[in-house]
Amino acid sequence: MAKVDTSLPLEYQTEQNRLNILGFWIFLGAEIVLFASLFATYGSLKDNFAGGPTPTDLFVLKDVMIETLLLLTSSFTCGVAIWYMRRHNLKGLITWLIITLLLGAGFVFFEVNEFIHYVHEGATMQTSAFLSSFFVLLGTHGLHVSVGIGWAISIIIQLARRGLTPTTARKTFIISLYWHFLDVVWIFIFTFVYLARMV
Amino acid sequence: MMNIKWSDVVITGDPLILGAQISIILTMVAAVVGITYFKKWKYLWDEWITTVDHKRIGIMYILVAVLMFFRGGIDGLMMKAQTAVPDMKFLDAQHYNEVFTTHGVIMILFMAMPALIGLMNVVVPLQIGARDVAFPQLNAVSFWLTFSGAMLFNLSFVIGGSPDAGWTSYFPLAGKEFTPGVGNNFYAISLQIAGIGTLMTGVNFIVTILKMRTKGMTLLKMPMFTWTILITNVIIVFAFPILTVALALMTFDRLFGTHFFTISGGGNAMLWNNLFWLWGHPEVYIVILPAFGMYSEIIATFSKKRLYGYNSMIISIVGIAILSFVVWVHHFYTMGSGPVVNSVFSITTMLIAVPTGVKIFNWLFTMRKGRIQFTTAMMWSLAFIPTFTIGGVTGVMLAMAAADYQYHNTLFLVAHFHYVLIPGVVYAVFAGFYYWWPKMFGYALNERLGKWHFWLFNIGFNVTFMPMFFLGLKGAVRRSYTFSAESGFAPLFLLSAIGSLILAAGFAVLVYNIYYSTRYADRNISTDPWDARTLEWHTANPVQFYNFAQLPEVKTLDTFWHMKKNKEGLVLKEDELEEIHMPSNSWLPIYMCAVFFVVGFFMVFESFIAAAICSIGIFVGLLIRSFDYDEGFHVKLDVIKKKERAWRGEK
Amino acid sequence: MKSKKGYLLVLLSIMLVVFLSGCENMVVFNPQGPVAKSIMDLINWSIVFMVIICLVVFGLFGFIVWKYRATPENKDYEPPEEHGSTVLEIIWTVIPFLIIIALTIPTVKTIYAIDEVPKDYKDKEPIVINVTSADWKWIFSYPEEGIETVNYVNIPAGVPVEFKLTSAGTMQSFWIPALAGQKYTMYGAETDLYVVADNPGNYEGQNTSFNGRGYAEMKFDVEAKTQADYDKWVDEVKDTAPKLTETKYKEILKPTHLGRMTFSNTHLEWIDHGKGGDSNYYLNPELYEVHDYPGKTFNKEYEKQKESNGGEHDEH
Repeated sequence: MAKVDTSLPLEYQTEQNRLNILGFWIFLGAEIVLFASLFATYGSLKDNFAGGPTPTDLFVLKDVMIETLLLLTSSFTCGVAIWYMRRHNLKGLITWLIITLLLGAGFVFFEVNEFIHYVHEGATMQTSAFLSSFFVLLGTHGLHVSVGIGWAISIIIQLARRGLTPTTARKTFIISLYWHFLDVVWIFIFTFVYLARMV
Repeated sequence: MMNIKWSDVVITGDPLILGAQISIILTMVAAVVGITYFKKWKYLWDEWITTVDHKRIGIMYILVAVLMFFRGGIDGLMMKAQTAVPDMKFLDAQHYNEVFTTHGVIMILFMAMPALIGLMNVVVPLQIGARDVAFPQLNAVSFWLTFSGAMLFNLSFVIGGSPDAGWTSYFPLAGKEFTPGVGNNFYAISLQIAGIGTLMTGVNFIVTILKMRTKGMTLLKMPMFTWTILITNVIIVFAFPILTVALALMTFDRLFGTHFFTISGGGNAMLWNNLFWLWGHPEVYIVILPAFGMYSEIIATFSKKRLYGYNSMIISIVGIAILSFVVWVHHFYTMGSGPVVNSVFSITTMLIAVPTGVKIFNWLFTMRKGRIQFTTAMMWSLAFIPTFTIGGVTGVMLAMAAADYQYHNTLFLVAHFHYVLIPGVVYAVFAGFYYWWPKMFGYALNERLGKWHFWLFNIGFNVTFMPMFFLGLKGAVRRSYTFSAESGFAPLFLLSAIGSLILAAGFAVLVYNIYYSTRYADRNISTDPWDARTLEWHTANPVQFYNFAQLPEVKTLDTFWHMKKNKEGLVLKEDELEEIHMPSNSWLPIYMCAVFFVVGFFMVFESFIAAAICSIGIFVGLLIRSFDYDEGFHVKLDVIKKKERAWRGEK
Repeated sequence: MKSKKGYLLVLLSIMLVVFLSGCENMVVFNPQGPVAKSIMDLINWSIVFMVIICLVVFGLFGFIVWKYRATPENKDYEPPEEHGSTVLEIIWTVIPFLIIIALTIPTVKTIYAIDEVPKDYKDKEPIVINVTSADWKWIFSYPEEGIETVNYVNIPAGVPVEFKLTSAGTMQSFWIPALAGQKYTMYGAETDLYVVADNPGNYEGQNTSFNGRGYAEMKFDVEAKTQADYDKWVDEVKDTAPKLTETKYKEILKPTHLGRMTFSNTHLEWIDHGKGGDSNYYLNPELYEVHDYPGKTFNKEYEKQKESNGGEHDEH
């Protein structure tokens, strides 16, 4: 496929790359619907405590703020990584990708701790509909982040091995889209699940 | 292994199921022995199992659809046999429940969807003058995941027990509080696997149609079938994630004891109804829009006339797609939503009839002033118009919420949806088979047998389902395994059962036609047997693997028709040929099929540790794909020239 | 040529089916109360339009297929290149749209009308009967009279009855086709259905929402008595019928088929499933097993968790 247009950013330069990026945007559209359904489920069940723990019993603002800080910063560092990519700076790209991953891993670490804390308090997903929908919504997001971390590690390995080519640039760009998307979803979670219950 | 007691797992003590178990094992053994004897393993592996060619993938989808049609049809026949006379003892209530559940799931998700996705796979890249879809390997994964889900679902009959809560799987019935056992686990997991495959198809075809049309083919010069496929795949991308969530929540409730839809713990069963139908209603438009597209192609071709009202056809399918997302509550008007909600949804539901009606008139006016040829494909399209109209007007009757209070869950409803699904989707699939068979296989299905298939099926269909409208109005409810003699339902039920035998005979003729034509039909037929209008006919019979030696240049709608009329672009300019870049085959798709099947199996039987371990295989597959930098291969010029000269003749 | 004859055959067989059925014995077209009658009027109104639409489409179809069929004679006929006609497109968009408006207005009126006491009976005081659907029986509680019946309900004729519907378990649908439309019954929720029987008589009711093995037999009898007979019956029940205990009620809620039962008190004394309450106390998943492989059930875990939460009751 030799249709290379060097006036475009590296990841858009080949025809196949343009197809992949468009395809991923459409996939993100599907993911929006997925998370919207989970939010709708949470919205329907969020007051069904079944005599069990309520948000005021469980939520600790400090932990949630730390998670938010970690994830939002990781989105910023992801942007920095792409900035380096546009300047064909492989070392900068990989460095900032690794920082992004560490922040993401930190997020997952704190979130898992949060869940363990809830389970110790007797709030499991089998306790009530509120908790079922809470854990599944948050858990789906957390699983997406964890898969993203694994995916990013594989991209970093490919970047290290093959350098910055149109193909590796495309893969990096796509995972950055994914990462920003998860950040946006977290903002909704933070607002509607945590903040709305704590004021 | 783990805590599975095998004597409990395999269904015993039932003659019908035992027969199925034996025949499945015998068939599998016969297939393995046959393939080995004819030394076809390498051929199968190289040409079909690892293919990423959209045409081959399409054919595999169609094969699955035909096999599943057989199983779903047997389910239907068993239901009709059981309700042929009052108090019949052929199937007890539990078995009847399993049969109608599998009938519904198989017909919609493993027959209609694969048939339509198969035809879209074969035809669309050819119609837009492309060499394949945007993501060929993903395309193969879509097929193999669908196959994986279908096989897992079919396994339930012999191991573990079929799902038995209806194809709609309403809660709290479908939860562990009222249906313990693993039957409904099969439902949740196998549909989830197949659904992932379909979602991937959605992404694939949108990118293909938006980005890979050949030079000069603007959106408004695309064939109508391609338009309907574009819109259908947009619906798929927006609707299937809802099903993913619904099934995931069902899986959590059944496997992990959460409280989404349970009675205890604050669950809300109405949430399931909403999520399911938010997907379910767009789903029926996912199956009908490709059918509408096929009818547009076939009616235009066999009237020898351009499709009437192309622009308003596009507006109407976009309108139908948008409206399909705002009508879902009509599936449960009687759930107590209140008069405001019911009124709003009555209006939106009735509104969908308007664009559909526009299409019917456009098809009629396509034929008007044309020259109508009664080939089998055209006959199916003709029969569609009046019969689907009956389905459509009964749909408007059902849309009126207050009236629905008397129709809901009766056989009136069942008759309505069969009158839209069968003349709508099934007739289109048959028409598509007869129409595109030469392109897929290089020979045509026999027209005389085709007419027998048509008449038997059409008459059988009407005799089966028309009485059900009246049965519903007499008070006969759906999903009921029997009825009493005093109810007065007996004569119409018997008439319906007789109709189903005629219907079955029609299907048998189709199967015979496929066998007969494969064995005896002339392979030396024209590459354009119907004198058609669109680009897929400007290829060899069957289509050469790279589709087009030279990507065609499009100037108008009905490109091929105008090429023939103006004698333009028909001759190959050999000196302008370039090497063609094609993607390589891959074993990853079938690997994913197997892994998902194994993980799904362990989830169904609630062996979570085994499932978790095997799911590592899924991530391994994804990683292998990520590290795969295979760039495909190039087709050499002399290969291209030889193939092109063969089908074009020496010009 | 051949297709036209074939079409006649199909049409004839359809007509045969229509005549075989006969309109008189279709319960939907034989309403015995004002609610069912207003629905029938709406249905008849819609049928008029649907028949017109079918005649137009079938007529056009038959004419076009016949007139423009290919024959050896018109072999050289070349169809014109017609793009379409904006005028026609507008016509066949606007007319169906007008038909829908014509259908919408009475539909919305009827939707609102059947959600309250029927217009001719507004001066009468409605009586309330609570309906609890269970697997696989119907339990009728008469809160004003203080009695309870299983699988049959007696109502006074000519008096509006407000059925308050709920379910002890699965989602079901309460339907007396001769008198009114249907309404779902759901655990933890209460839906309403107004029913009036114009005259005394016997009517059949059933469940239309599939809920498992015993679904097909979930029928119940409705008897409309004159007011005097109804009052006499209530007094008789209060005098002679046994009392329902909580233990017996738990037994009744097991997934079985029962015949008719009558009690001189109601289960509303200790639980109203429509308001929630500890309904999962009555759950018996083990009784629903059909195939041998059991799969996990979570009832026991839920009970354990409730105890560890301090044994509080559910709140909904």
